[in-house]
Amino acid sequence: MERVIVSMQDPDMGMKMRNQRLLITVIPHAMTGRDIVDWLIQKYTITEEEALHIGNFLVKYGYIYPLKEPRNLCLKQDETPYRFQTPYYWTSTRWPASELDYAIYLAKKNIRKQGELIEYEKECYNALHKRINHTWDFVVMQAREQLRASKQRRKADRIVLECQEQAYWLINRPPPGVMDILEQGPDRRNVSDVMLYMWCLPLKNKLCMFVWVCSFVKYCEQYQDHDPIMQGCLPSNPWITDDIMYWNMNSETVTMPTKLRVERWSFSFMELLNDPLGRKELLTYLEKEFSAENLCFWQACEEVRHGEASKIAAKVDEVYKQFLAPGASRWVNIDSKTMEKTLEGIKHPHRFVLDDAQMHIYFLMKKDSYPRYLKSELYKNLLAKAIVPQETKKSVFPFMRRQRHSSPSPALVTQTAEDNGKAKPSAAKANAGTASQI
Amino acid sequence: MCDQTFVAITFGPCDSCSQNKPLMNIYLQNEPVNYCSLCVELMACQGLAKGETVSTLRAESENLKAKLEEERAKLHDVELHQVAEKVETLGQFVIKTRRTLKGHGNKVLCMDWCRDKRRMVSSSQVIMRSAAVCVLQEHAVTMPCTWVMACAYAPSGCVIACGGLDNKCSVYPLSLDKNENLAAKKKSVAMHTNYLSACSFTNSDMQLLTSSGDGTCALWDVESGQLLQSFHGHSADVLSLDLAPSETGNTFVSGGCDKKANVWDMRSGQNIQSFETHESDINSVKYYPSGDAFATGSDDATCRLYDLRADREVAIYSKESIIFGASSVDFSLSGRLLFAGYNDYNINVWDVLKGTRVAILFGHENRVSTVRVSPDGTAFCSGSWDNTLDFNPV
Repeated sequence: MERVIVSMQDPDMGMKMRNQRLLITVIPHAMTGRDIVDWLIQKYTITEEEALHIGNFLVKYGYIYPLKEPRNLCLKQDETPYRFQTPYYWTSTRWPASELDYAIYLAKKNIRKQGELIEYEKECYNALHKRINHTWDFVVMQAREQLRASKQRRKADRIVLECQEQAYWLINRPPPGVMDILEQGPDRRNVSDVMLYMWCLPLKNKLCMFVWVCSFVKYCEQYQDHDPIMQGCLPSNPWITDDIMYWNMNSETVTMPTKLRVERWSFSFMELLNDPLGRKELLTYLEKEFSAENLCFWQACEEVRHGEASKIAAKVDEVYKQFLAPGASRWVNIDSKTMEKTLEGIKHPHRFVLDDAQMHIYFLMKKDSYPRYLKSELYKNLLAKAIVPQETKKSVFPFMRRQRHSSPSPALVTQTAEDNGKAKPSAAKANAGTASQI
Repeated sequence: MCDQTFVAITFGPCDSCSQNKPLMNIYLQNEPVNYCSLCVELMACQGLAKGETVSTLRAESENLKAKLEEERAKLHDVELHQVAEKVETLGQFVIKTRRTLKGHGNKVLCMDWCRDKRRMVSSSQVIMRSAAVCVLQEHAVTMPCTWVMACAYAPSGCVIACGGLDNKCSVYPLSLDKNENLAAKKKSVAMHTNYLSACSFTNSDMQLLTSSGDGTCALWDVESGQLLQSFHGHSADVLSLDLAPSETGNTFVSGGCDKKANVWDMRSGQNIQSFETHESDINSVKYYPSGDAFATGSDDATCRLYDLRADREVAIYSKESIIFGASSVDFSLSGRLLFAGYNDYNINVWDVLKGTRVAILFGHENRVSTVRVSPDGTAFCSGSWDNTLDFNPV
């Protein structure tokens, strides 16, 4: 933020400042709110809204303060005069705004004009009086001295100094109900002294940047039609129209998938596997090719990798019996080297013992079965039959609100499996008080 | 789509203690060796004891860093936005807030979507809620600590994990009975020596990845609460992590207060890649949908995109008028848009390819602490210190 302020005060390119009349005295080097906003717009080529937003922050953080209504720390885009706060009082210098200083400030105010302290300030004053009673004489003496010194200054200077100090304390001791701008969240420890880390120069592909950078463009273009935020989604975005057709049509158990979804399976093997419906389709296809055991093996390996640690040994054993043992019912075709290594590893089973075999099968499916699946009749038929949903128009009668039903919780799904369908999904009306809708 | 190119011996007999353990590849006097993590620690401490002071190690690491930069610079020949010039420009976006959840009584610190695309969990200074958003059904759990900075939904949707200043990550099973006291079923899984900054489930409910203010990330087994792997390499608080959506599903990236973003291999615990171009704390990291790159948001008011294969930063998203740090970033489904929430209460939407800002959203009255796009990409949710969560589709 200082960067902005410093450039604002730049004699050539900075803000135009002029003398402002405040009551009777003339304050030098003041500027109007309007000027501030205009300057920001011009310098950073931003919209008015954004300039106002930034300007507001400058005031809230105490770099600029208003002269007319000092308690109201916000930027008004009119003729209200403002001034720059002196760097001594900048928030970034982080002087600890101690209680002693605050006490002196309040005492000064009290002495200067009885009854000038407002409610919360009075409370603070009394609280401080109790707390640092032992130094109270010192506080009062300091306050008196400072007041005497300031009386010797010109009135304009005096007002300026008073305003500066007031602005400073408004930021550091905000009145109740006003947000504390200085709140930062939990403290973060910064760089520690001991830096022990191993530098490993990784294996790098020496291809040039152009290739990688083009891949981003390609990816974005490929997925553009599937991105609801960019292209909108059919039948309609459920967040806009409250119509959950889109989610229903794309749920996992639907019989006929949408065209976009089926298209997406052709982007990469991972897309196909990640979609449960896609996986089912692939299984059907592989069964026709008599290589379904590959997919089953891959799935079993995934379960070992991500499952509970206590069950690993048992699962690995099962996998061995089903897929790897010589003469197993669903024997998978892995090259001998990997097979040897895996069998060796199974003697001491751990989470990653099947990784090499799994990788091998994965790439086998990816390079062989997957491209053939995409060319197969099964896939082409599905693509042809897939639905392209109709766009639903927004309801004409705005007062006819749809009943909002809760979707069945995933917790419910597993519970139903256990309880045999005793629980039912609940449907409740929307709570108008807590939701706002445009 | 490129295959994982980093192949390292990750499990087997350690070169020094000969026990079968997960291994780390390190270079000793320019020779690659495989040590288990215990031996690495021992050796590092011994190295220091033998007269290698911290300053000599530091000098050595500076040397290596300089060498790495040299290598990287040789390969730089084109910028992302140059290639993207041919891509058509995006029109102006009109993004409106559709729903606002005001139920939190305190600053919203973190949120996560469930895979069913409708539910989310959000955490604030005290309460953690899960809400289905078409109907505002909610569970609320009071946490024993003041700042709950991390929360995550499990892939199955049945379990929630959260943690914060209590240095722990606790796991709560969700049930339908609203009256049931969820806090009673809580299970502490992760234990760190400083606050928990982020947590995430890996592909299943059984494993939890956490990052902490003590400078480490760790992988835990949920069932037993056991530490499976720990990741050392940051020299300051780790603030954020994200799992790679890659085929092999073995890596994740973390960003911290030491301005570094590190990519880790989950199996070996090794730091595969490191990026240090930010000028201040990295608050948030997020993978590009294809898994080949990731974006970071930082206190230096910029967001940057790093490519993993080219091993360097490829784009910076910044503007002179943005002077506050970015607290949270997320990509849209196609990866074309980057949503970034800032400490100046705004959300800026960037065009990832061209590097320009597409839209700016003024919806909040206090810092935006978290921005997340829903799993199907239909909307994104922003949580803020003004106690609300806003949902915005287009």
